[in-house]
Amino acid sequence: MNETFFIEAENLTKHFGEVRAVDGVSIRVKPGEIYGLVGSDGAGKTTTMRLIVGALKADSGECSVCGYDVKKHIEDARSQLGYLSQRFSLYEDLTVLENIRFFAEVRGLKPDEWLPRSLEILDFVGLANFKDRRAGQLSGGMKQKLGLASALVTRPRVLLLDEPTTGVDPVTRQDFWQLLIRLVSTPLHLPPNSENLGGVSRRDEGGVAVLISTPYMDEASRCNRIGFMKSGRIIAEGTPWQLRDRLTGRVLELRGSPLNVLRRAAHSDPDVEDVQAFGDRLHIRVREKKADDVLSRLKSRIRSAGGTIEDLRVTSPGLEDVFIALSEASNE
Amino acid sequence: MNSRLVSVMRKEFIQAFRDRRTVIMIVVMPILQLFLLGYASATDVKNIPIAVWDQSQTPQSRALLDAFRSADYFRIAYAVSSQAEIQSLIEQGSARAALIIPPDYDRRLLENNAQVSMILDGSDASVGATALSVAQLIGQSYGAKIVEEQAALQGRPMLSASPLQVRTQVWYNPDLISAYFMIPGVIGQLLFMITTVLTASAVVRERERGTIEQLIVTPIRPWELMVGKITPYVILSFVEVIEALIIGHWWFKVPVIGNLGLIALSSGLLLLSSLGIGLFASTVAHTQQEATVMVQMTMLPSIFLSGLFFPIDAMPRVLQWISYLVPLKYFIITLRSLMLKGAGLGTIQNQVIPLALFGFIIMGAAARRFHKTLD
Ligand SMILES: Nc1ncnc2c1ncn2[C@@H]1O[C@H](COP(=O)(O)OP(=O)(O)OP(=O)(O)O)[C@@H](O)[C@H]1O
Ligand SMILES: [Mg+2]
Repeated sequence: MNETFFIEAENLTKHFGEVRAVDGVSIRVKPGEIYGLVGSDGAGKTTTMRLIVGALKADSGECSVCGYDVKKHIEDARSQLGYLSQRFSLYEDLTVLENIRFFAEVRGLKPDEWLPRSLEILDFVGLANFKDRRAGQLSGGMKQKLGLASALVTRPRVLLLDEPTTGVDPVTRQDFWQLLIRLVSTPLHLPPNSENLGGVSRRDEGGVAVLISTPYMDEASRCNRIGFMKSGRIIAEGTPWQLRDRLTGRVLELRGSPLNVLRRAAHSDPDVEDVQAFGDRLHIRVREKKADDVLSRLKSRIRSAGGTIEDLRVTSPGLEDVFIALSEASNE
Repeated sequence: MNSRLVSVMRKEFIQAFRDRRTVIMIVVMPILQLFLLGYASATDVKNIPIAVWDQSQTPQSRALLDAFRSADYFRIAYAVSSQAEIQSLIEQGSARAALIIPPDYDRRLLENNAQVSMILDGSDASVGATALSVAQLIGQSYGAKIVEEQAALQGRPMLSASPLQVRTQVWYNPDLISAYFMIPGVIGQLLFMITTVLTASAVVRERERGTIEQLIVTPIRPWELMVGKITPYVILSFVEVIEALIIGHWWFKVPVIGNLGLIALSSGLLLLSSLGIGLFASTVAHTQQEATVMVQMTMLPSIFLSGLFFPIDAMPRVLQWISYLVPLKYFIITLRSLMLKGAGLGTIQNQVIPLALFGFIIMGAAARRFHKTLD
């Protein structure tokens, strides 16, 4: 059966002079799906998003949003889009409500529509009590929520969020994700006359398609699918579970003391690829099928070096382990 | 009406009124400048150094000179004996005016049709204006005195015509001499400066704050954004012109003889230039500061080469050529002839055409660049 994708990017490429910011990226996001783009600084996440929203013109490749080709029908595509840019900022001299109103009207809401919709959305993000406050006087997290609100006010079917939670406190990040998850899981209320928008019929509606970039692995693990970007390419893609599975059986968790002795011992083992500290414990990545060998060798090695082991066992890998492994692998 | 356009305008209006700088510029500055410059230019000038070429050398001619001396507007600084001397003294600026008494002055005075001529250096408008009116006043009152004397002495009937004419001739800039010279200039300069400065920050502000990225991805069209951003400033500018005209007319008593429609038309054309320059700077600059500096660079030539303070005709050739590129110059000339002389469209067309040309070119260029920055 033919699946519907709200975002369909095919082989996007963008150069900035010598820099290949985006190098053949293909991304497909279904309605109701949250797709996470992760990758280190300069990997090309922002550029990819800007290509999809048409803020930049791709050197090559195809891209469509809700069936509208971004090159040919940019205005139709944009009417389906909500975009929160990485360096998002509002008009600080306008109030919360004025900001939302502006973006609502500019994006085509009618004079009698914007107010109920804005209030509804402010309520949704929890800013209803601050509607008359100047945006410049909001906290960082509130600004991000207002950003989300102004991206959402036209009920877009496609949402692109570029590091929306960077620099936001953990509690607000939680809130933010709760909002997102509620958003994708609620079916859209399309206006009655929008039957055939972009060739996507009402039957296909399952919710919103979200493309989000984030530097936080705990956030990445909440996505339905993750694309890991490096040097302008997506070098791995899959559900968090699939990605973690790549390292199943290859990560050992070690607790004990002193840490530097443990670390040195682990590093000296020929089958150990990488050692990372996570708080009071070490994650040791070993070559394929070598976990048991390393396990036994390590015990004696640490004891003879004068360290004590509280706990040493095979653990389920975190996304962080996967990404470190992926980054290194593609460096070689 | 196009609702996207309206919402951009509304937003710009709110932002303009929330920005103290804008409010000060629009409300306070015009008043301040009009009063400062209006009064500065109205102050009287005394002790104007003049050269005298007395070809008559008679008691009558010396009596006339005494009349000039006793009004303390003039100081007879040079007695000369040729036109060439006058020319060089005035060129150097040593003498601001020259009085020429013809050889047959005494004889013609008896015949009641004596003429003396006064050459004025119009390059400093306020000096020129003072010298002109004072010289004519002196001529009239002295003439009247002679008539009285003759009537008393000889029992002749009083003449209605003055026996003495002071024929004035203004060098360098015959038109600029007017007590009302300053106000139209100030209106032009205010209009130009404020709109340029305000629009210059209009686009950069969005870029600096990062909001442009959000605007780009909305369905708004570049022209809607541009027109939406500019219109509030156009409206504010017209409010300002009206404010300045009211102060100028009712406080400074500057006549507004000309057609208000033509004044509005030429103001509109000036706005085309100033908004164009501001918008252009705004699309080129990366920060508001950069835009402000760029705009200030256009401000200096506009103020000094527009004939606002210094008459263009008195300037070195090169500067005169450059002044053809200064839109404010055309506007100030237009506004002066509209307000003070009630000129019609025919008279001002030589100014209005280049003004319009400049406006369309710069606005066109700005619009193109504006489109580009949004791509
Ligand atoms: N407008 C631009 N002009 C020139 N180079 C650019 C431009 N935008 C991005 N780049 C370059 O393209 C590459 C990818 O940048 P991009 O911003 O997409 O990375 P990113 O993954 O979003 O990074 P970050 O996590 O820091 O936001 C970088 O090398 C960057 O320097
Ligand atoms: Mg980025």
